Amino acid sequence: MSNQRLANVFQRCKAEGRAALVGYLTAGDPDPETSLKLMLAMAERCDILEIGMPFSDPMADGPVIQAASERALEAGTRITDVFEITQAVRQAFPELGIVLMGYANIPYTMGFETFAEQANNVGADGLLVVDVPPEEGHICDDILATHGLDRILLLSPTSTDERIKLACDNGSGFIYYVSLTGITGADMGDVSEIQAKTAHIQSMTDMPVCVGFGVKTPDQAAAVGAFADGVVVGSHFVSQITSNSGEQAICAALSASASAMKEAIHGAAT
Amino acid sequence: MSHPLHNLDFASMYDLEIKHGPDSGGHFGKFGGRFAAETLMQPLKEIEDAFYEAWADPAFHEERLDLLKNYVGRATPLYHAKHLSAEVGGAQIYLKREDLNHTGAHKVNNTIGQALLARRMGKKKVIAETGAGQHGVATATVAAMFNMECNIYMGREDIRRQAPNVFRMKLLGANVIAVDSGTATLKDAVNEALRVWVASCEDTYYIFGTAAGPHPFPLMVRQFHTVIGQEARTQCLDQTGRLPDVAVACVGGGSNAIGLLHPFYDDSEVRLVAVEAGGHGLDGNEHAASLAAGKPGIIHGSLSYLLEDAEGQINGTHSISAGLDYPGVGPELAAMLEDGRLQLDAATDDQALDAFKTLTRCEGIIPALESSHAVAAGIRIAADMKPEQTVLINLSGRGDKDMGTVFELLGDDIDKETGGDQA
Repeated sequence: MSNQRLANVFQRCKAEGRAALVGYLTAGDPDPETSLKLMLAMAERCDILEIGMPFSDPMADGPVIQAASERALEAGTRITDVFEITQAVRQAFPELGIVLMGYANIPYTMGFETFAEQANNVGADGLLVVDVPPEEGHICDDILATHGLDRILLLSPTSTDERIKLACDNGSGFIYYVSLTGITGADMGDVSEIQAKTAHIQSMTDMPVCVGFGVKTPDQAAAVGAFADGVVVGSHFVSQITSNSGEQAICAALSASASAMKEAIHGAAT
Repeated sequence: MSHPLHNLDFASMYDLEIKHGPDSGGHFGKFGGRFAAETLMQPLKEIEDAFYEAWADPAFHEERLDLLKNYVGRATPLYHAKHLSAEVGGAQIYLKREDLNHTGAHKVNNTIGQALLARRMGKKKVIAETGAGQHGVATATVAAMFNMECNIYMGREDIRRQAPNVFRMKLLGANVIAVDSGTATLKDAVNEALRVWVASCEDTYYIFGTAAGPHPFPLMVRQFHTVIGQEARTQCLDQTGRLPDVAVACVGGGSNAIGLLHPFYDDSEVRLVAVEAGGHGLDGNEHAASLAAGKPGIIHGSLSYLLEDAEGQINGTHSISAGLDYPGVGPELAAMLEDGRLQLDAATDDQALDAFKTLTRCEGIIPALESSHAVAAGIRIAADMKPEQTVLINLSGRGDKDMGTVFELLGDDIDKETGGDQA
């Protein structure tokens, strides 16, 4: 059974009549120590934090998050660092939703059983594995459920009704709707199309539907937040790490940028 | 005397029945599957459906086999390498001459099949990854013939060591896009091609080059390459009156290996041997022997053996041959290894280079460095066998593309042996 923390986050947001802000950073970027500080700055302003697990071959990511993975790995980030960062964030923010995000080979190599146990112990609420679609869920679904972790599944513009149903039946926590046929950090598509598809998915499930890939400005966040249950911002936050120099400057930029996104979403509240 | 092949009806050599899996999800035992991002799941399903439909359509095979015969030059010969066999002093060595295919390697068997499929699906653009450049050239070739726009993704390191193939692709009208991420080799080219495909799958077909990747690629690539083993099996029976004792192929991703070996799957008396790139030796990290030294993992859409570190990060690999320089391997070969149907061997860079020289000097055939790994192992295996036995080696490609690499390594020695620049 899931620990309900994600469900509680969405309930709170709904009560406030607004979408949740879901922020992504890669753990260990630019190094494990700095990364923790950046995560804490983000956690203060986000409703859900996606903690990326760096991987050597991030096939679904654009250049910004690819580079983040490379920086983290070059700085020697290991899975134990990812768990330590998660634990520290959890201790500081007991109500924050935390989702570990990444590629299958990392938990598969550790063993999903060990991985799920540790992820749960350090306070993660869910796992989003980009390359384990519902059809291959046999390698992890039961294990995640046993350890109280939500299995976050993705949907995309190419998902048919059959696939939407598959994700809704097999996923938990929330649905992550990838708003464009492309990689992370690409330009956001037409908002009315995204809205129509989001509404269609919402009509097929009781789970919250978060929309991500391509949200870079507060205006876009407000536009998406007007209809989605959550707005995911990734590459835009990650890019602050290279466009600012020094830990303090990056922290300040991330805080400002997350605050702006949060205000925009609150402003769009209905 | 007429060539033995003249007695064979071309099309009758090919068995179109799909045998030995995969299951409906693309699994070979516990391996394979479709570990892909959601955006690619529907496009992959569409390719799968189109493939099964095409495979059941006689018109598809009529066109495919016509192209294989009259454009590619199939059937390729099975050549009894008498001089090499005598030099080795063991079993009789037979070479399946895939090097004589149009474009110089087996790769075109697959690109013809997939390009026909792309056309059937109404796709106007094709993309592909390439390592040694052979798959890139084979893709650019069919794209030229079918008048399709073609983008080839290639690691910058591979572009450097396979310059002639890069120029061939450009001549054929393809765009060659350098990939700088990660280790700038084949695995990174696959990553980049997948990223591009995610954003363009509506009008673009991804011609995957090896029997790996997400379902249905391992199945399709195998089916398009089984012409190799099916011909070799028929030719062997025709020329020697019996099946070979051993069939040997090199393995990077595994396309030529599955193509040669799969048709012998049910012939339990035939030993099936996959030869991996031993690089500088299997005891260190500088090799590309995923089956021998890797463990199960998930990369590029399927579950198979992988060379990775303790945490699952994918290692850089090393091989003298760019085409074998890949940290993964096709899932069906992984399943055949676990079933005990497949035996493993490896050849180091030096052993491959020796075999390259030996075959060139004994038979006047310059093999690709990839294929030289199979030749090295085949020679070693044949040496311990009796003269009435046979070893079948897949000579998957010709060595022209490797002249630069070999010149760097052997140029001075060859000059000395042949008396320097007297020409």
